[in-house]
Amino acid sequence: MLPAALVAENYFLESRHMLLEIAAHIDRYEAAVAREATPGGEAKHVGEVRHVGEHKMARLREALAILAEPRADRERTVALLELFGRD
Amino acid sequence: MQIIQPHYHAIARTAQDYERMAMSGVVAVAEPAFWAGFDRLYPETFIDYFRQISEFEPTRAAQYGIRHFSWVAVNPKEAENPTLTREVLKHFPEFFAKPTVLGVGETGLHKSTKNECAALEAHVDIAMKHGQLVLIHTPHLADKAHGTKRVLEVLAGMNVDRDRIWIDHVEEQTIRPCLDAGYWVGFTLYPITKCSPKRAVDMLEKYGTDRILVNSSADWGPSDPFTLQECVVEYRRRGHSLQEAIEVFHNNPCRFLGQNPKFDIQPIRVETLSRESVST
Repeated sequence: MLPAALVAENYFLESRHMLLEIAAHIDRYEAAVAREATPGGEAKHVGEVRHVGEHKMARLREALAILAEPRADRERTVALLELFGRD
Repeated sequence: MQIIQPHYHAIARTAQDYERMAMSGVVAVAEPAFWAGFDRLYPETFIDYFRQISEFEPTRAAQYGIRHFSWVAVNPKEAENPTLTREVLKHFPEFFAKPTVLGVGETGLHKSTKNECAALEAHVDIAMKHGQLVLIHTPHLADKAHGTKRVLEVLAGMNVDRDRIWIDHVEEQTIRPCLDAGYWVGFTLYPITKCSPKRAVDMLEKYGTDRILVNSSADWGPSDPFTLQECVVEYRRRGHSLQEAIEVFHNNPCRFLGQNPKFDIQPIRVETLSRESVST
């Protein structure tokens, strides 16, 4: 198995890439919400569809909060799968 | 859909990549001079490399119906050797005379050292004196923000035609100052280490499409020429029209590269024919 330093090094760029994709996803969502909130904005998705979207984004934020916790008592992957399994 | 790949390191790729690019609509590529993976020691090595990309590579691309253009430069990673840089720069004018060489690139910065900045200035200076286009590399990862700022500072101290300068590898943190200063910018799509197709489309939606080029670079490292096509698909699936996609992925390269008359591919417009005209 790899030593800790190599685990950090070998997967750093890949994790950086995935985090940037998540950041871009949240930015993209918030830009769309802001666009739809403006007068004459493209309110294509309203009601139930909009609610489902908000729920999914809230789940992602919960997942990010789990990742940010400095805890060693539980595997983060399991915690996220349980979180996403609630829906 | 017709696509132009404005930054492509063809010598690092196989003929199969040319074939698949041709099958997916690529009509032209432009190949900047690049780092070989090790620091070259002799000016003659560069001269042969420039001959390869300006004389031989167009013949390889032509077998697949793809036009091939190129640029000449000493890569920023090798600019720490000022003697070598000076010697290679002396040969640039003979390559400017070649029928498919569009200008100077990719020059730019890697670690933003004093020698790198001097080399960047010398590259831009010779390009401007000879009426050439310029393609500027900005650094990777943690060095990007500082390096891009230094590129803009170096250029601000020179008498340059900003319409003829393309600052490449911009990302969310560096695009605005480059556009605000009046330069063209490029998004380079890499599987991991640069921009992604989705983030590129986000920036197109945020900043508009003027003065923006999209490329996948595709060199000998982890890279994929078809990230460009992924970007086209992502752009289209968000509801942008075929003509809007053509503006970004074909016509913008024509507009920038076409400032050098050697690049003679013209912007195109899709037209829906009436039933009458189809039947005649």
